[in-house]
Amino acid sequence: MSDARSAAVAFLRAAWTPAALVAALLAVVVVASALGAEGGQVAITEMLIRVVVVIGIYVFAGNSGILSFGHIGFMCIGAYAAGWAACDPEWKGLMLTGLPAFLAEHRYPMPVAVLGSAALGGVAATLFGMAITRLSGIAASIATFAFLVIVNSVYANWDTVTAGTSSMVGIPAVVGPWTSLLFAAIAIVVAYLFQISGYGLMLRASRDDAVAAASSGVDIRRLRLIAFGVSGAIVGAAGGVYAHFLGILTTDTFYLDLTFITIAMLIIGGIGSLTGAVVGVLFITLVIEVLRALEAGVTIGGAAIALPHGAQEVGLGVLMALVLIFRPQGIMGGQEVPSPFPPAGSGRLRAGRIPESENGKFVEPVR
Amino acid sequence: MITFLQNVLDALSLGSLYALTALGIGLIFGVLKLINFAHGDFITFGAYALIIPSSADVAQVLVGGWSWELLIPTVCIAVIAIALASDYLVFRPLRGASPPTLMAASFALSYVIQNAIMVIYGARPKSVNLWPVLGDQTHVGPLTIPNLNLVTIAVTLALMVGMTIVLRRTSVGIQMRAAAEDFRMARYLGVRADLVIGLAFVISGALAAVAALLLVAQTGSLTQTMGQPIALFAFIATVVGGMGSLAGAVVGGFVIGAIVIMFQAYLPPDLRAFRDAFAFAFVILVLVAKPSGLLRAKGLVERV
Repeated sequence: MSDARSAAVAFLRAAWTPAALVAALLAVVVVASALGAEGGQVAITEMLIRVVVVIGIYVFAGNSGILSFGHIGFMCIGAYAAGWAACDPEWKGLMLTGLPAFLAEHRYPMPVAVLGSAALGGVAATLFGMAITRLSGIAASIATFAFLVIVNSVYANWDTVTAGTSSMVGIPAVVGPWTSLLFAAIAIVVAYLFQISGYGLMLRASRDDAVAAASSGVDIRRLRLIAFGVSGAIVGAAGGVYAHFLGILTTDTFYLDLTFITIAMLIIGGIGSLTGAVVGVLFITLVIEVLRALEAGVTIGGAAIALPHGAQEVGLGVLMALVLIFRPQGIMGGQEVPSPFPPAGSGRLRAGRIPESENGKFVEPVR
Repeated sequence: MITFLQNVLDALSLGSLYALTALGIGLIFGVLKLINFAHGDFITFGAYALIIPSSADVAQVLVGGWSWELLIPTVCIAVIAIALASDYLVFRPLRGASPPTLMAASFALSYVIQNAIMVIYGARPKSVNLWPVLGDQTHVGPLTIPNLNLVTIAVTLALMVGMTIVLRRTSVGIQMRAAAEDFRMARYLGVRADLVIGLAFVISGALAAVAALLLVAQTGSLTQTMGQPIALFAFIATVVGGMGSLAGAVVGGFVIGAIVIMFQAYLPPDLRAFRDAFAFAFVILVLVAKPSGLLRAKGLVERV
């Protein structure tokens, strides 16, 4: 009896964070569906896909402390992989003459296509990760930018495979709020399992104090590579889902603007915790929607007010700078959802706060 | 042989632009450990300073019509002003923050400047005809050299020599180098942090202004993202050259310029569209072979 009970409590304790996050997203979908706002379904779906993207970035950046500006490249890779799998074979035969036969002649259902996206994203991330995990934190961040440029340049110009200069059309747009919620839930569970695994804990240790972790036998380079691969796979899958949401792909979608928005979401929510990643997406989506409405114009007390075009982006940038100045750890400050099941003695499930020094390289020791 | 020499000149000219930009980024990094993503937007701002603010489709030139003795200082002052304002509003409140936080803040700043320019000037590209005489060509024997390339290379060399003299011979320059080497120790020894940081932003802003003018003279058009590609290449240049080394930033800039031009010239025609991809992939290979860059900076390895 007491064994069963303590096992149940242990499970609840372990499952609390992902369960709470999924429940919160579920609530958002239910409320939005009930309100039935025009265009709401589209906005909610896009938001949930961004949850997957930001969680994917978080798995690497949050756990290792190295900011990555290149993950939208993996999203691009994943999206085009899904496009190759899911486009109409007739169109592929006409436009994408460079595709191998198994892609050119067949059409795969969405789950298979998204699995392909995750696989290709993961492989690309592992290969590129082998190069960048050799660099110091800050140089690695810049190298991820190089990766983004490479992906963009290749996909924009490789006409026989990506229809680069035109766009890839005819992907079945089957993803709505509920499908994307499912993928967001999967991403939350995967990211959480990674974070509480031995790999995740050792990587977090290296983030907080690289020298101490290395001298305790943590192989930092290998752990960073593993995290990079996992996060590339998650972001790749998000790209595949996004392709099935948009139905049409151009490389411009996957460049600096999306990079900025997703990084802003992660940093404003709090880069140090999974909850921070999810909260950041919810909060910034709300901010963007409000600013978008203001750009379209509102009437307050008889006076019509409309912000100029571009004010949305300026507002988002200012907000991000303010958060960095006044609350550098983000909204969640590195904490997960407060749990009603406090860990008894074991600190295993608590994600630690990031200290001021996030990655050892250029930070002077505090004396 | 002649085409090769022609390519070398092109490489030097493009490399000059990258080197100027990389130097501006490297100076700030040396003193503040800040990777300033907004540097490209400083360049854009400098270019837009030439015209009257308006969202009309046709640009009305104001500063751009002045004689060069007046034009160059005005644009420099404008860019220096925005660089100092950025420091005051964004980076000063973040003194002591970690490098990733600073980098994220400059990313936000870049996004704000870029979109603010769009709000004020409208989203369409504008054309500006700056110094048409630079579009002419000079013939040296069998070589045909655009005047602009000569001016770019000459201006860059002059600025490099000038900066070397300032950094090596003047008191404030030596203080800057000391701060770049070990900021905390330099402060213990009486280097005034605000002076050094302010000066770094002033020089960085002036370099961005010069890059902006050379860029406008070359392309003849203004867009809100015009500074971005150069800054991207310059970031990569600072990493290739060795982060934290000023000479490294310059060397990195010329190396990247050479890589881009040589790929452009000697890749098979159907692969030329992938020039940037090849250049950046090559850079990643260099980094795999030499993770700390070509010129390794002193004082950047953490000691415990």
